[in-house]
Amino acid sequence: MDYVPAIMRWLHLMAGVMWIGLLYYFNFVQVAALKAAAADNTAAGITKHVAPRALFYFRWSALVTWLAGAALLGPFFVAAFTLQAGHVPIGIGAWLGTIMLLNVWGLIWPNQKKILGIKPATDEEKVKARRIAFLASRTNTMLSIPMLFFMAAGAHSAIYGI
Amino acid sequence: MTNPLDSLWGTVISGLVLTVALYIIAHAFI
Repeated sequence: MDYVPAIMRWLHLMAGVMWIGLLYYFNFVQVAALKAAAADNTAAGITKHVAPRALFYFRWSALVTWLAGAALLGPFFVAAFTLQAGHVPIGIGAWLGTIMLLNVWGLIWPNQKKILGIKPATDEEKVKARRIAFLASRTNTMLSIPMLFFMAAGAHSAIYGI
Repeated sequence: MTNPLDSLWGTVISGLVLTVALYIIAHAFI
């Protein structure tokens, strides 16, 4: 067994499942649940106890996924990101994953800190933060669809014809 | 005009459209 790539691929998949699983939880479950919970004053249960824990695993699994993916690309890292012949599908997937990671750490997490009260913010700032975090999260959900397609295509080019 | 990302289905459809567009570009690239 080729230990480093084998373990990195395994780690990439496990962390990726956690990252995208939590992303889908936020978008498919929590957004609608918060709206319903706000109507009967039970939203604190989610914002106080669930969201901070989910966000912790979300942002760190995003970073682990990217680092394991970068390690997996190894000597082909530059070839993938510059879309060299033979590395186009994985390169597109890697770019989409990178944009998503930057969204997590640059937009979602800083704005969630304001929403959840981890960082002090006025009500006006919280409203703005909520919209930015929501759209960044929805953007990542949208990007995850082609990202997963090209990750699969990168490993199985014969099936996908690219 | 409403933002498709405001709706869950709009988000999923946008992702599928983007997948097809990128696939066509990638296919032309290779």
